Amino acid sequence: MKTLTKDYPLQLSGDDSPIVRFQNVTKRYGELVVLDALDLDVAEGEMVTIIGPSGSGKTTVLRMLMALEKIDDGVIYVNGEPMTHMEKNGALVRASKKHLRQQRTNIGMCFQHFNLFPHMTALENCIEAPIQVLGLSKKEACQRAEELLDMVGMLEKCHEHPARLSGGQKQRVAIARSLAMRPKVMLFDEVTSALDPEVIGEVTQVIRKLVAKHNLTMLMVTHQMGFAKEISDRVCFFFDGKIEEQGSSSQLFDNPQKERTQQFLSAVLEAG
Amino acid sequence: MSYVEFLTEFGPRLVDGTITTAQQTILAAAVAILIAVAAGLMRLSHNRLIYGAATVYIEIFRGTSLLVQLYWIFFVLPLFGLTLDKFTAGFMAVGMNLGAYGAELVRGGILSVPKGQWEAALALNMSPAKRMIRIIFPQAILNMLPPWGNLLIELLKGTALVALISVTDLMFEAKQINGSTFLSAQVFGTALIIYYLMARCLITPFMRWLERIMARKLGRI
Ligand SMILES: Nc1ncnc2c1ncn2[C@@H]1O[C@H](COP(=O)(O)OP(=O)(O)O)[C@@H](O)[C@H]1O
Ligand SMILES: [Mg+2]
Repeated sequence: MKTLTKDYPLQLSGDDSPIVRFQNVTKRYGELVVLDALDLDVAEGEMVTIIGPSGSGKTTVLRMLMALEKIDDGVIYVNGEPMTHMEKNGALVRASKKHLRQQRTNIGMCFQHFNLFPHMTALENCIEAPIQVLGLSKKEACQRAEELLDMVGMLEKCHEHPARLSGGQKQRVAIARSLAMRPKVMLFDEVTSALDPEVIGEVTQVIRKLVAKHNLTMLMVTHQMGFAKEISDRVCFFFDGKIEEQGSSSQLFDNPQKERTQQFLSAVLEAG
Repeated sequence: MSYVEFLTEFGPRLVDGTITTAQQTILAAAVAILIAVAAGLMRLSHNRLIYGAATVYIEIFRGTSLLVQLYWIFFVLPLFGLTLDKFTAGFMAVGMNLGAYGAELVRGGILSVPKGQWEAALALNMSPAKRMIRIIFPQAILNMLPPWGNLLIELLKGTALVALISVTDLMFEAKQINGSTFLSAQVFGTALIIYYLMARCLITPFMRWLERIMARKLGRI
């Protein structure tokens, strides 16, 4: 195992410590450096949006935080504890599978292509992991799932299979499915990019509701600049696996400082 | 002797043989499925030993003839202290052989499940075993049912070889009747038709029915 090169705290402490911290996180695919010594803090309850050109590493950030793959360098902390690593004899070593599973309970993720389980109804999709992973009884899991499906406006269709749902409906079920695990941090990876324009509103409406009513921390990758501007506490512009520029929505959208940000924003705005 | 007379005289023996063939087919299919699932999963393992063991098994059983394998299991294994009766040796040999082919179908079926399904299950923190059993395998089955239909027909045809170690299946009875009557056209013609009907009127419709059930579970119809 590779030893860590820098000093990483064994724990984050203090009231103002972030719920998510990327410290010097590097991810490579062969020669290609996809995340380049990334530092990013997210405060509890914060809504952080990631924008940037295709291939800049936006999806990778979320996938690493979901622990879908291993990182090559650096440490990700969640909820004050290292997630990609764990403490052993006063030093950080790579997380065991068990530690990763433990830490993954804090995070939920929604995908561009929904990834609902096609052999299960909407309700079954939402109770599967609560029963199998959290050990809830079927009754408890159904109750929780029904509440969430109601919140996303899908209770009526809860006995349909995904094949019979529209894209917007599938994505709303997928959001309910993630929330049923009660994560502290929700990740949204271009959840509206695969949708027809007329149903995008259904999904953004659900996300608005989450922001307004729940104290969830959210990281969202999106190409919808209007929505990002309206809803984000902070916007990060990614370029080449790094944060090129970040700030509040008004700072970043109305008064971008870096040339690459300006170019990207004007290109996106031009495309409509 | 007319064909009707032939059937009245030898029909019962052919029916007995057909029943044995059906039993051999069902038991061999059960063996083949178990081996295919085990070897197919082993071929997906990152552990080289596990992967290697399955690969060797598949290579041996696909790379050599079923008849030689049958003789090995029936005539050679007893020399190493493992004696099987001919009925058991028969379906084990056929099942182990076709299971090697089935393993690749299982592996392919599992790999055909989109990556997003694995990631969604992982994001929901499902354990590897639960993910396989509850999410991936049910979807893989639907993808692999059509090739399994072909494989089971191959398996039915393969059971004819068990006659060579004197299992009294359809082929064995046919040969016996032919040996005493020399009515080759009638007896082998009848056997041919019975094998064909078993494949087309039992196995194929059964697989179609399974496919429909699975498709319904996926909400595709
Ligand atoms: N599994 C992988 N293997 C190799 N390269 C990958 C893999 N996943 C992503 N990449 C590459 O990493 C880069 C960043 O990908 P990604 O994070 O998906 O970008 P974005 O979401 O910003 O469009 C891209 O160049 C992509 O081709
Ligand atoms: Mg992406």
